[in-house]
Order: sequence, then C-alpha cells, then structure tokens
Amino acid sequence: MSGIPHDHYEPKTGSEKWLHRRLPIVGLIYDTIMIPTPKNLNWMWIWGIVLFFALMLQIVTGIVLAMHYTPHVDMAFQSVEHIMRNVNGGHFLRYLHSNGGSLFFVAVYLHIFRGLYYGSYKTPREVTWIIGILIYLAMMATAFMGYVLPWGQMSFWGATVITGLFGAIPWVGEPIQTWLLGGPAVGNATLNRFFSLHYLVPFVILGLSIVHVWAFHTTGNNNPTGVEVRRGSKEEVKRDTLPFWPYFVIKDLFALGIVMIVFFAIVGFMPNYLGHPDNYIPANPMVTPTHIVPEWYFLPFYAILRAFDGEVWAVMLTDWLTLGVVDAKFFGVLAMFGSIIVLALTPWLDTSTVRSGRYRPMFKWAFWGLVVDFFVLMWAGAMPAEGIYTTVALIGSAYWFAYFLLILPALGALEKPLPQPETIEEDFNAHYGGKPKAGSAQTSPAE
Amino acid sequence: MFKKLTIAAAAALTLSFGAGSAMAAEGGHVTDYQFPFEGPFGKYDQAQLQRGLQVYTEICSVCHGLELVPFRTLADPGGPSLSDAAMREYTAQFEIYDPELEDYRPAKPVDHFPAGTYPGAPDLSVIAKARAGFHGPSGLGLNQFFRGIGGPEYIASYLTGFSEETKEEAGTIYYANDVFPGGWSAMPPQFYGDDVVYADGTEATPVQQAKDVSAFLMWTAEPKMMARKQAGFVSVIFLTVLTVLLYLTNKRLWAPYKKKKEI
Repeated sequence: MSGIPHDHYEPKTGSEKWLHRRLPIVGLIYDTIMIPTPKNLNWMWIWGIVLFFALMLQIVTGIVLAMHYTPHVDMAFQSVEHIMRNVNGGHFLRYLHSNGGSLFFVAVYLHIFRGLYYGSYKTPREVTWIIGILIYLAMMATAFMGYVLPWGQMSFWGATVITGLFGAIPWVGEPIQTWLLGGPAVGNATLNRFFSLHYLVPFVILGLSIVHVWAFHTTGNNNPTGVEVRRGSKEEVKRDTLPFWPYFVIKDLFALGIVMIVFFAIVGFMPNYLGHPDNYIPANPMVTPTHIVPEWYFLPFYAILRAFDGEVWAVMLTDWLTLGVVDAKFFGVLAMFGSIIVLALTPWLDTSTVRSGRYRPMFKWAFWGLVVDFFVLMWAGAMPAEGIYTTVALIGSAYWFAYFLLILPALGALEKPLPQPETIEEDFNAHYGGKPKAGSAQTSPAE
Repeated sequence: MFKKLTIAAAAALTLSFGAGSAMAAEGGHVTDYQFPFEGPFGKYDQAQLQRGLQVYTEICSVCHGLELVPFRTLADPGGPSLSDAAMREYTAQFEIYDPELEDYRPAKPVDHFPAGTYPGAPDLSVIAKARAGFHGPSGLGLNQFFRGIGGPEYIASYLTGFSEETKEEAGTIYYANDVFPGGWSAMPPQFYGDDVVYADGTEATPVQQAKDVSAFLMWTAEPKMMARKQAGFVSVIFLTVLTVLLYLTNKRLWAPYKKKKEI
C-alpha cells in the first residue's frame, strides 16, 4: 500500500498461506501498522491517534446513550435526565459523550494547524488534505445535530439560527430550509431526522478516516522538516524511518494517556464547564434566550458569519451590484462557508516550494498571526454582535481571508527560505546526537 | 514551537467559553457561599440536604415543582439518604393524579415529585445547573474546577437578594432583587428568618435557609455527583499509572536511536 519500499507480510504457516491466497487481510493490516514512519516526527504528530480514540469513544458511548434516549419533543429532555438519574453509569456516559465532542474538536484543530504549519497539505498530499476537510465538515454537522438532541433552550435556538442560514439563500432558501426542518419551524420532525443523521454521519466519518489514512500511507507521512523519505532502497528508508509499530504506537499512546488524564479530570470534576447553562432549560419556542451562543468549537466561524452586517462597505457594494440578491445575511453565510473553502484550497493557494514552516521566516509570522486570529474570532463569536465586537470580528475575518487568498500566494515569491536539511536522518541526528547503534552509515556533515 | 500552540489553545478555549457563559447570567453580584460539595473532593452534606428538603417542602413546593426527581431517590446513597421508612412516610404526604384511575391517589416511591402549581414558576429539578454564577478568573471560568459553576451560589444569592422595593406592571407586582437578571423578580421574598423549624436545631436564618435549599437543589440537579467524582478519581489515578508505564516503555524503546545532544 505504501509507496515507500519496505518489507511486506510473508505468510509462513499453511493456514496463513491458505487465508492469504483467499483474502490478504493479514497482509493489509501488517503493511498498515508496519509502515515506515519518519523518525523525526515531533509531538504534534500524535493528534491522529487522539482523534481515532475520540471517534471510537463517541461511537461506543453514543450507541449506549441511543438505547435510552427518546427523540421526541415531549420526551427528549426527560429521557436525557432519565439517563442522568436511572441508567447505570448513565451520568458518566453522557458526560463522556458531551465532553468527548470537545475533545474531538480540540484534537482536530491542533491536527489542522499542525498541517498548516508543516505544509502537510502540499503536493503530493492534497487528497489527504481534502479528505481531512470533508471529515471536519462531517464532524461539524454531527456535533451540531448532537447538540440539538437534549432539546434544551440552546439546542432549539441553535438549530433555529443555523438552519436559518439556509433560508438566506436567494429564491430557493426558504423551500430548502423547510425541507431540512421537515416543517415551517424547528419541531418534532427536525429532532427525529437530526437523531437519525447524528447516528449515521459518524460512520461516514469512520469511512472517510480510513480513506484519509490510506491516502497518506500511499504518499508517506509528512514530517517536521518537510523533506521526503529517501526511497532509493530499503537500506536508505531504514535510515530515515522506523516502523509505526511499536515506535510510534507506544509514543502516541503515551501522549494519549496525558490527554486522557486531562479529559477524565474534566468529565469527573467539571463536566458542565464547556456546556451552556441554558441547555438545562427545556426548549421553549416562545422564549428566546438573551444570547444564542453555539458550542465553543463553532465560535470562530460564527464570528465570521456575524461580522458582515449591512454597515460594511463591501456588503453594501455587493448588495447594490447584485441588485439586492446578495444581501447582508446571505453575504455572511457566504463568508462563513467561504472561510472553510479557502482552507480546503490551501494546497493550491500556497505557492512556496518549501514545505515546512520551520524554514520559512516570513510565513512563520503569518502563521502565528492566523493562530492568534483564530482565538480572537473565537472570543468575538462568544460576545454579543454589537459595538466593538463586530469590528473585532470584521478585522479577524479579514485576516482569515487575507492569509489564504493574499499572504500564502504572495509569500512564494517574496520569501527567501532558510536552508533545509538534506535528509530526515540528518535532522534527527541534529536533535539526538551520535549515530544510531544499528543499521546506519556515517551521517553527512551539516551544511 | 507547538508546545506554545497547545498551551495557547487550552487558554483560549477556556477564554472563549468563559466569555460565552459570562453572557448567560447578566444579573448582579453572586455571593460566593461555601458549600461542602465544591471542588474535586467535595461531598454533599447529608444533614444540609435534609434541611434543604424541608425548606423546599414547606416553602418552595407551594408554587414550584420537581418533576424530574423520583421520590425513591431521597433514600439513595450520596443524597439526603433518608431511611426507607422516612422516604415512604415523606412520599405518602403527596397526592398524585393517576391517569389510569382518572383520580388522585397517594404518591408511591416510584412516582416523581409533582409539577409546580403556579403558572410561571419554573420547575426546579435542574435549575442549579441552568444558572451559572462563576466565570472567573477574567472570564475563563477555570475556577469552576474548585467552586462549581455557581448555580447554588446564584440561587442562594437570589433568595437573599431582595430589597423592600416593589413595582406594579400590567397587574403583576414585581419585587426588586439585585441578583435577578433585570433586577425585578415576579417571586416575592420568601425568607425572613425562622420560616421553618429545623429538626436538628440549626438556627433558621434567611441565609442558612437559602444555602440549605440551594444545596438541596444542587442535589436534585446532579444526584450522581459523588459517584461521578469517585469515577473521575479512579480514572485519573489509573490513567496516571498507565501513562507513567507508557512513558518508561517509550523511553526504553527509543533509547537505541536517541542519544543526548551533548554526545
């Protein structure tokens, strides 16, 4: 499966050969977990396993919760409280599941920003990147629908606001919104379909994740230098890489252990920290909460959505040019979806030939600016859409688009990159000194 | 490099959420009353929960309900822990409408507390989790780890936050309360001192009664809190041991390939 030469599975016993001729599944698993992995991977390469764990946690806890949950507007809130009070261990299962969503997003954001910094999206890994974006979109859909299920005030009003985005599309918007909701407003039909899809989409994510892994096992992992593994011979490969099992599995499990300690401390001691108190008030279509705030992981994009009100000149100009077809509301929706689309297009927007941000002095500044921008937008998204907050959100949104549409394309021409190491082995030895005990020749001197 | 990002992520995550919940309660100052169930080691005080149950029964239940709470849970460990006999005796004083009989009958332990009778009086089952009093430090909300989200503190502050002032609007009398969002509450003040007579001899000051009923409402909102903290502890200890073992395994595994830089 991998493009990097390495030893493949050889069936030895009679029964192994028998199975291998009929279904080479053992070989597939062997090749997957023994893939040669750049030995200089740092601690930012652990989020994949955290994400895999989070997906499994959500599926397992979710299946059990679904056994006790009732997707009906009159019973949903009560059935969640039934889980909290009467189901054995139900209170812990539910808190694992609700905080598990946050764990999932913490990990995915770190995973995405790692990819952005080390240029993991660049050729030949564009397909891995695109599939990753699809997984992220599926995650957002799943999380949004899951948040509706407890049928609290934020569930109901969050669903009303987000499905209202589709209503902003000119001409076809309202029929689409009605079709999505199964009626003129968020109601029982909405709750039922969200429950059904909340159960379905995670398995789509699982399928996409397998393709994601398949894609980067074909190209090989990126690494902190961005320098490719030498592929001339198996000997060369061995100098740059170590097999995934056991070296990276144990390393990743150790990192997962630390993440789990924090996660279980939150679930055990402050499980409602990341939730909104209003979601413990049963949904009431007659009472609108003072501030409708989505879950923390949507806040940066919520800020972009709200940043473009009718007083921004670009919005007014667009409104006028399109004869009112693209009004302020639709502009905001376009900006929000656009902010993800530019992320998906990064492989083609970044013109630099140097992959890793480590050797790009100007890019570094722009990248850390984007990280700060992400948090500023998150903060602005949590604030009411008024006064200084909309201005902050507007500046934040402008930087988000400028990073992808202006800075990344321009840096390829403007920037003078720093010298990169010749090989991964050289980078590894620069950090860990000496030469490895086994199977390595003298390292080439540094430049 | 990315250590910075991880730390920044954790900080900003808390920042943004804290800001989010800060918007939720726009009432006045919430007094940080001390409750024995705060923090990772906190436990419910059984005597306090029983006093709170008494306050709820004699005062709050006149208008409010606890629809989500079954009577039988009053005898569960980690709560008011009434004896089985006391729980049954308590339950029997309530009348429940039974749709099968099409009539009222004495409540059984499997029944839930009745709903509120006064229109507009919210059900109190999970009210302690539906109100957040604490968002500090600087909106991060991180001190919730030690103090809880501040629901019971909000309730106790609200119950003791009334001033003498009233106003009338569209035929309804509102009572000035500097904790309630908006400053005017439709509920009149309830506690003047000695509104109940505690069986254990505790002096029934307004603050004492407010704290007791708030603790009781925290229990109705989170009846499994002690089991949860226990499970959290076991998990954290187990995971710490596992992580140390994985660290040692990892170190040994990589030792042949990694040498100290100074070599």
